[in-house]
Amino acid sequence: MAQTVFAPWEDPEQKPLIEFRNVTKRFGEFTAIDDLSLNIYEREFFALLGPSGCGKTTMMRMLAGFESVTEGHIWLGGQDIINVPPNKRPVNMMFQSYALFPHLSIWDNIAFGLRRESKDKAMIEERVEEMLRLTRLTKFARRKPHQISGGQRQRVALARSLAKAPKLLLLDEPLGALDKKLREETQFELMDIQEKTGTTFVIVTHDQEEAMTVASRIAVMDEGRLVQVDTPDVIYEAPNSVYVADFIGDVNLIPGTAKPRPAEPEAPAPEPAPAAVEDAAPAVEGTSPEATAQAKVQTDARLPAPNARGEWLYKKVFARFMGQRDLATPQLPPPSPEELAAARKAEAKAAAKPAPAPAPAPKPAIKPGGILIDWAEGQPPIIAANGDPALDGKPVTLSIRPEKVTIDLEKPDRPNVLPGKVIDIAYLGNISTYHVELASGQMVKAQMVNARRLSNRHITWEDAVWIGFTETAGVVLEE
Amino acid sequence: MRRFALIAIPYFWLLILFLVPFVIVLKISLSDVALARPPYTPQLDLSAGWEGLRAFFSELDFENFVFLTTDDLYWKAYVSSLKIALVSTLLTLLVGYPIAYGMARAPNEWRPTLLMLVILPFWTSFLIRVYSWMGILSNEGTLNTVLLWLGVIDTPLQIMNTNTAVYIGIVYTYLPFMVLPIYSALEKMDESLIEAAEDLGCSKLAAFWLVTWPLSRNGIIAGCFLVFIPAIGEFVIPSLLGGSGTLMIGKVLFEEFFSNRDWPVASAVAVILLLILIIPIILFQRNEQKAREAEG
Repeated sequence: MAQTVFAPWEDPEQKPLIEFRNVTKRFGEFTAIDDLSLNIYEREFFALLGPSGCGKTTMMRMLAGFESVTEGHIWLGGQDIINVPPNKRPVNMMFQSYALFPHLSIWDNIAFGLRRESKDKAMIEERVEEMLRLTRLTKFARRKPHQISGGQRQRVALARSLAKAPKLLLLDEPLGALDKKLREETQFELMDIQEKTGTTFVIVTHDQEEAMTVASRIAVMDEGRLVQVDTPDVIYEAPNSVYVADFIGDVNLIPGTAKPRPAEPEAPAPEPAPAAVEDAAPAVEGTSPEATAQAKVQTDARLPAPNARGEWLYKKVFARFMGQRDLATPQLPPPSPEELAAARKAEAKAAAKPAPAPAPAPKPAIKPGGILIDWAEGQPPIIAANGDPALDGKPVTLSIRPEKVTIDLEKPDRPNVLPGKVIDIAYLGNISTYHVELASGQMVKAQMVNARRLSNRHITWEDAVWIGFTETAGVVLEE
Repeated sequence: MRRFALIAIPYFWLLILFLVPFVIVLKISLSDVALARPPYTPQLDLSAGWEGLRAFFSELDFENFVFLTTDDLYWKAYVSSLKIALVSTLLTLLVGYPIAYGMARAPNEWRPTLLMLVILPFWTSFLIRVYSWMGILSNEGTLNTVLLWLGVIDTPLQIMNTNTAVYIGIVYTYLPFMVLPIYSALEKMDESLIEAAEDLGCSKLAAFWLVTWPLSRNGIIAGCFLVFIPAIGEFVIPSLLGGSGTLMIGKVLFEEFFSNRDWPVASAVAVILLLILIIPIILFQRNEQKAREAEG
């Protein structure tokens, strides 16, 4: 859709609407913004994201004209605006506190900016009505700000800042005061309005979810510098630093040392790794069918009701490399008929996400190249096919999102498999996050969609489990 | 019951401290002057029973109020007092508003000190402060000496014993009563409102007039009442700083009570003064109430 095509930052022909050029801002000794350059394009929904004190609000206030620039220049639509007072800038701001004038009605609040331009009355009226319609506030036009709810006030603030049709709208933590549900609704409303009006939005927020939802691009800031400026998906999937990876969403950071990995696809590289796992792994899981069966029985004892789907999963995937049919244990779910299993196939396919990835090839082909990461004494190295071989010998951190980590009671056929123990389970309704302690003491979070009812959940506290992830799931970050 | 008790407390004090004295003053204003102690008749004699009460009420009349209309001294004094109180309230506002504004915009850590400085004059006696103004304003006073020495003037300015001195005295005395309510209104104001106004195209001055001023309105009203009401009945300042030409109702009241010993006329003057003050305030309050109700 339009959203995917919209990428003016990739087009060298495009002129940015806003250009920060080597901007520095100091408050006395303190440097709030440090030699920062940034381009923001027309019609963008640009998010400045960072913890408090990172300089994001200072950036916004410099755009609005409330803070002077110590060094450097800010260009807006081809005009250097650093000496333009706030009331002369084609920029409007939606304040964090909304800053609605308490002595004026909603109508007058929205008309406030238009009246300053001494436009004729009919035009003001028309524009205010239009804004009221856009923000669905027509009913409340005559009320005073203290007579409406927080969500409505937020919309008044938005209507007021949009009324003058600014080239650029600044939003300072606009949704901070709303409760979660209203905030989510409002985020979509904001996007909708941004699209309808075609205004460039710059939003300041410390809420990464909010930034991810609304923004076309996100600038992650830290201590007055831009750490990464990219689209939400790139920021999330390919953070350029440990800082970004850690700030955006939940993440597992596994520090280690890079070492080269044989490049040939047929090379025994994938083989030794799982083998090493098995050798190094404690004797909980042996290679002999006997031991596995024993382990299985032990596990079964804890299973209240292994259902048809689990059985199907086993047959389809795990049976190939684990101890064959005897482990399929058809006696376990006596009531489940074959038809039921077949009927649920489609559903199971969608729900059981860990399975499909390694399933297709009879022998999982692990992507060649990349590096191996030695992350703990006596543990097999982690395969990172997307790692830069040039990192050889350097300390690196593997950043991997919890939703890309699977958790199984049986050793799965995945490129990276690590044994561990479930320490904690955070049940969030739609998903569960398992905190798994690896043999080295490293904690890893794994997320599973709760496709089953809670009562059927078969992994529980203190279980010995295997976590697994693909060779490309993580991002190798240099320290 | 508890709610009733809570409401009863302020009403009780209002009754004791305002209504009872007012009824007494009203009663005296309806009596006749007499060479007696107290210097008016009739006296309420409760021992005479019902008859005595009737006799007492039959002797009360509006004679003194009628008398006030026959001598133009009284209404001239009222008008002059109103004028002096009004002008000095405006002057206090003009002086006090910038002070309050500056205090409200001062860095947080300064504010308690500034607040202290505003209240500090109260720590010395009011009379001493007015006397010290006599020392400053008189022909040989500090102000004239300094101005002469600087060569700004060659003959001393006649400030003492004029209305100007009264204005200076009132503005000086009542300044804290103007500053404090305005300060408290301004201090509560969210500074981002000014930024929002500027962001929407206001110059700094326009932002002040359209946002700051209306939002400090309640403080201004409270401050003006606090200055205007005591100023209109002011006695000490006009009699110490003002001259023979300064006509104020407080002075008239004092003369009637203590020089003429005509308590009934003095009481009538006081009752009229009270009406002059209370009626506009009641009308104003009702107006405000209506505006609030209209809002929702």
